[in-house]
Amino acid sequence: MDTTLAELGEYIEAKLGDAVLSTDMAFGELTINIVRDEVVNVMRFLKEDSQCQFFSFIDACGVDYPARPERFDVVYHLLSPTRNVRIRIKLTTDEKSTVKSICEVFPGADWFEREAYDMYGILFVGHPDLRRLLTDYGFEGYPLRKDFPVTGFVEVRYNEELKRVVYEPVKLTQEFRNFDYLSPWEGTDYVLPGDEKAQS
Amino acid sequence: MAEAQVRNFNINFGPQHPAAHGVLRLVLELDGEVVERCDPHVGLLHRGTEKLIEQKTYLQAVPYFDRLDYVAPMNQEHAFALAVEKLLGIEVPRRGQLIRVLYSEIGRILNHLLNITTQALDVGALTPPLWGFEEREKLMIFYERACGARLHAAYVRPGGVHQDLPPELLDDIEAWCDPFLSVVDDIEGLLTENRIFKQRNVDICNVALDDAWEWGFSGVMVRGSGAKWDLRKSQPYECYEEMDFDIAVGKNGDCYDRYLCRIEEMKQSVRIMRQCIDKLRLPENQGPVSSTDGKIVPPKRNEMKQSMEALIHHFKLYTEGYKVPEGEVYASVEAPKGEFGVYLVSDGSNKPYRCKIRAPGFAHMSAMDFISKGHMLADVSAIIGTLDIVFGEVDR
Repeated sequence: MDTTLAELGEYIEAKLGDAVLSTDMAFGELTINIVRDEVVNVMRFLKEDSQCQFFSFIDACGVDYPARPERFDVVYHLLSPTRNVRIRIKLTTDEKSTVKSICEVFPGADWFEREAYDMYGILFVGHPDLRRLLTDYGFEGYPLRKDFPVTGFVEVRYNEELKRVVYEPVKLTQEFRNFDYLSPWEGTDYVLPGDEKAQS
Repeated sequence: MAEAQVRNFNINFGPQHPAAHGVLRLVLELDGEVVERCDPHVGLLHRGTEKLIEQKTYLQAVPYFDRLDYVAPMNQEHAFALAVEKLLGIEVPRRGQLIRVLYSEIGRILNHLLNITTQALDVGALTPPLWGFEEREKLMIFYERACGARLHAAYVRPGGVHQDLPPELLDDIEAWCDPFLSVVDDIEGLLTENRIFKQRNVDICNVALDDAWEWGFSGVMVRGSGAKWDLRKSQPYECYEEMDFDIAVGKNGDCYDRYLCRIEEMKQSVRIMRQCIDKLRLPENQGPVSSTDGKIVPPKRNEMKQSMEALIHHFKLYTEGYKVPEGEVYASVEAPKGEFGVYLVSDGSNKPYRCKIRAPGFAHMSAMDFISKGHMLADVSAIIGTLDIVFGEVDR
């Protein structure tokens, strides 16, 4: 199976030319990194080409790497039921750049793109209805970004006097503790208390 | 006669509607009784599972998966365990694989029992849920006897399963199989040829196969439309390859075909369970139920009393956890509702960098507008029933 996937990767790279940045094979899975603006053409090719036939849409999601200049990855997974293989397509973007929506090729991408927008603030152009999906009405911020705190910013409760639900800033009775169990003997990314004395 | 001004009527369906199967709010635009537009508002059960998993070690992340599709909890854990094992490159011992398959099939029956019977409830039949839930109760006791919890099992863990099954449990599961098949026949007797049930389900929510693929459908939603596609057969994981079972395929892609598929799948699941039990009893299939790699799987209690190394492993694994090599994988299982996938990105530390949960119900729910357009208002509840959605996994 691995050789067929590798061959498929070469075939796609040859056919798509400049749209493909690189192909990877890792853990028995084929990943194709593409140019951001070519996403619709790539998807259409993968869906319609007789060698590929990736007509089953599986998944689209964002991944955040805050340290990179283009901090987001958008990752698509497709499945070819006739060839019985899977493929992963990746592209990079940032907060301001837009990604073309693939809803016209795969209508099922609709909610997956809405979710990526909701969670990361990735902007999809050409999407029929880019609203927030999972978060509360009127929510602010993008919760799955790495710089968004786990505790969030607002909490809700029912106010008996106002007879409605009110939003308030989060009040924690105990500060959120980030348990760090990484072994200090194998090197931590922070200075152990007391170690700074040894330096001077 | 002057033409009357007619405008479409908007109604809110849910979030507290019993036929909404949880917390679903549908904003329906109706022309008379015909649905013109359907806008599902989901997320009322959003708990930020993916964010929370990023904060936890790989072992601590397991219980979150029970809480996704809480109708068949172990199938979700299974997908996560497969993803972690793929990254770690470890093999599950044979007995562990058999137990996983046995409990995946129990999960499938748990799910289909709930789905078939509540769908019948949605279209007006009250008896099937009462009969079905009696069997679900027995299956949950099997869950409890294996892992101590009726629902939130945390039983399938990366490396294998938590603990071995007692032999009496295998006997009891086997003894359950035959009476269960007669219960399925009873439920079928109530529904399959029932005139009202057929009127409410036949030719409702027809999905063409091409549309089903494009919309990201999987599981019964594509099999009902005629695709012979089942991950257990086409991309077998664990020991499904050696199991002897058939795939139920529908013809018309309507609610009724999907109901028939689910009934047949339950019978096939019993077949698989019987084979698993027979295999679990064979002398060559005794042995460990999870990987014996002490750096991944914590030691058993009595080992810790004897061995210093086991004690250290125990301490390290329950505090620091294990580190998973850098990389990204996608692992999927044929969950009862469809393809449940986990896209896991590891940065080489002891916590997942990103864990995207691909829930089958999410893709099915997203097509709600597409498939309910042109149907009557009363059919909407039949459609929600046939989509087989649980909000734990749609909202995550």
